[in-house]
Parts: sequence; structure tokens; C-alpha cells
Amino acid sequence: MNDAGASVLRARGLRKEYGRGAGLVRAVDHVDLDVASGETVAVTGPSGCGKSTLLHLLGLLDRPSGGELWLAGERLDQKGERALARARRRSIGFVFQAFHLMDELSAVENVELPALLAGRSPRTARRQATALLGRVGLTDRARFLPSALSGGQRQRVAIARALVSEPAVVLADEPTGNLDSQSTLDVLRLFEKLHEAGQTLVIVTHDSRIAATADRLIAMRDGAFVDETRLTGGTSGNLGALAGLGGPGVSDRHEHEG
Amino acid sequence: MQQEVVLAMLAKEPSHGYQLRARLRQALGPLGDAMNDGQVYVTLTRLEKAGLVESQSAAGLPDRPDRKVYVLTAAGHQRVAGWLSEVSWPRPDLAEFHLKLIAAAAAGLADPLSIVDAQRHELLRRLRDAQRAAMAEPDGSAAGLLLEGIVLRLQADLRWLEACERNWTPRRNRS
Repeated sequence: MNDAGASVLRARGLRKEYGRGAGLVRAVDHVDLDVASGETVAVTGPSGCGKSTLLHLLGLLDRPSGGELWLAGERLDQKGERALARARRRSIGFVFQAFHLMDELSAVENVELPALLAGRSPRTARRQATALLGRVGLTDRARFLPSALSGGQRQRVAIARALVSEPAVVLADEPTGNLDSQSTLDVLRLFEKLHEAGQTLVIVTHDSRIAATADRLIAMRDGAFVDETRLTGGTSGNLGALAGLGGPGVSDRHEHEG
Repeated sequence: MQQEVVLAMLAKEPSHGYQLRARLRQALGPLGDAMNDGQVYVTLTRLEKAGLVESQSAAGLPDRPDRKVYVLTAAGHQRVAGWLSEVSWPRPDLAEFHLKLIAAAAAGLADPLSIVDAQRHELLRRLRDAQRAAMAEPDGSAAGLLLEGIVLRLQADLRWLEACERNWTPRRNRS
């Protein structure tokens, strides 16, 4: 494993361009990023700001037009397809908005699939998958097909699947985009548990609830990072005021209105 | 009418009361219709008494409020600067925030985007607190429902800030 605080993921001047000449689009425009081991980073921004493209570059699903990319200490931007596929299998777990589960396979079979593909024995793979389903609170749904599960349950299966290869980093693309409020809360609780267990997470999202619970929040616009925030320091005590229960900050400044 | 709004509208340049009123009308659109014409003058008189603005009568004209040109004093400038940098939540006064951005841009006193950023950081801190409290509640708890309401409101506020940010972001040149 990495030393505490070491970069699991590192990008320097990372670029992705489409088209040419007047039609050139800089989807990702010279991005520098360091994600420390155990950190949860959220990248937010409007549709079309390049955040999904960035996630595809970081996840080795797409090749950058330029720049450097390291994953778990290994430089990967100039590697061949086979090396990329291997790094993807070993070091990255993906969670997508649309879950991408195999409809014909049960929950536990979906989760164990990456472990089997990585060459583990069926017994080991099943044991790991069963343990992970327990971790996401779905032990009693292990034999269910995805079609028999709710959206929130499917996403928890997808998260268990992302974890089965013990990846250095989990990359999530709008993981709560298709979920109702309660399921979103379940997924957020799950991410919190992973965070406490030291899992490194990078999430791109529209959802300000996820953004607000990350260690670090990066705002992206036109392919570039424009703002970075660490939301440390609480405002506890003001929640009551937000609900209309009075408290500091709500009763002042009523002069000269109307 | 809030004093700081009138002060900030004056920060751009010395103005007649009717010019201030026109600027407010333009900024508020139909929402400004409810504004009483006299309010701006009442506010200006108060501000003058408080030493935050000074007025000059144009030469040769009768000494009536609508003939006067109002100017910010040093103390008035200070008050405006303080107001622009202050983060005013949970008081959900959208119009005040909107006018703050317009006044900041018009007077060149502050970058509207930095005001939006400060506000967003504050809202996100509150959302973080509310979300963490909601995550700690057992499913189906009564308090959880109230917390969800807070979370949804904060999300709505954040979405409006996104719209503010889009509006005030100068388009980057894309070649």
C-alpha cells in the first residue's frame, strides 16, 4: 500500500481535445490533480464542463491528448493497451450512474465477476463477494437478479463490485444521479463508511449533497479547475436557524424593511 | 428599502434619486413594481442624517429632494465594502444578494464571482452539517424528515448560485 498522504492518483497538465481548428473543443484543459491516499474528492460543475471526460481519463477508459498521469506510483499515460487494461482491473473500481450490472447475473455473481476475471479461485471470489454484500447491507439480497432490486440496492451492488478487486481508487460518475432521496442517503452513508475504512474516492457529480460531504471539493468549468474548497470547520448550531427555530444569525438586521 | 442597497447603487457614481430608482427598477424588473417611489428618498434622507451620503443641490434650482445629487461619504464607502464582503445566510433574502452582485459589478468594488464563491462555501458548510446530521439519523426518524427539508432548501439555494455564477462569468474565449 501507499504511505499515508502519498498521491494515489496524480495528473499534470492533463488534456483531452476533440476536433481541430475553429471546432477545437478543450474538454479537459491542463488539469493538475493530486489525490491523497484515503481522500474523498468531489469534482462538480455544469453539464459539459468536462468532469465526466476527466473521470474517463483518470480511469484509463480514454486516452489523454497530452499531459502526465500516475496511478499508485506508476506513470501510465504512455503505456500500451494491455498495461492499461491490467492497471484498470487491479487498481480502479468504477461506479456509474446507470449501475451497469449484468441483468442475467445475481447480485453476488455480479460482485464476484471482477475477482474471477482477475484470476481468483471461484471459492475466494464468492467469499469476497459475499463479505462485500454484507458490507453494503445486502446479505439477504445476494441471490436476487438486478431487476428484483431497487435503484438504491442496485447501486450498492455496483459499489460492492467496484470494491472486490481492492482498488487503489474508486471512481464514481454521478453515483446518485438515478436515485431518490432515501437511496441517496444510503449511498452517502456507504461512501462515508468506505472513507472511514481508508478507501480513496473520486466522485464527479451534480449532487451538492455528495459534494458537501467530500474532504475536498473541486469546481470545474470549461475543462479547467476554477475553485477548490476544503469544507473544514463546522457551523453546528446554525441548523436550527435554517429550520426556522431561531438561534443566532436569524433575528438580527430587521431594520428599515418593507 | 434596505440602506445598504441604496448605498451600493450610489457607489458607481453620484446620482439623483430618480436615477437610483431607475437602476433598482432595472435590477428587479416586475418585482420592483411594489417599490414605493418615496422609499428611495426616505432612505436617502436617513443615510444623509447618518453621515453616509452627502447631497448637493444643482445651482439655480429649488431645494427639493428630487433635484439633489447624492454622493457617498468615506463612511458610506466603508459601509458598502463591509456589506459586499458579508455572507448573509440563513436569512434567505434573494433580492438583497442579487442587488449586491449588481452593485458590486456596477461600482467595480468587488468581483461578483468572488461574492458568489464566498456564499457558496458558506452554504456548502451548512449543507455538510445538515447532511451529516441526516446521515446519523435512523431511517424513518422524524428529525430526519426535517433535516431533509433543510438539505433540499440548501440545494435549491446552491442551484440558484450556480445560475448567478453562469450569469456573471465572462465567457472564456475558446479558439
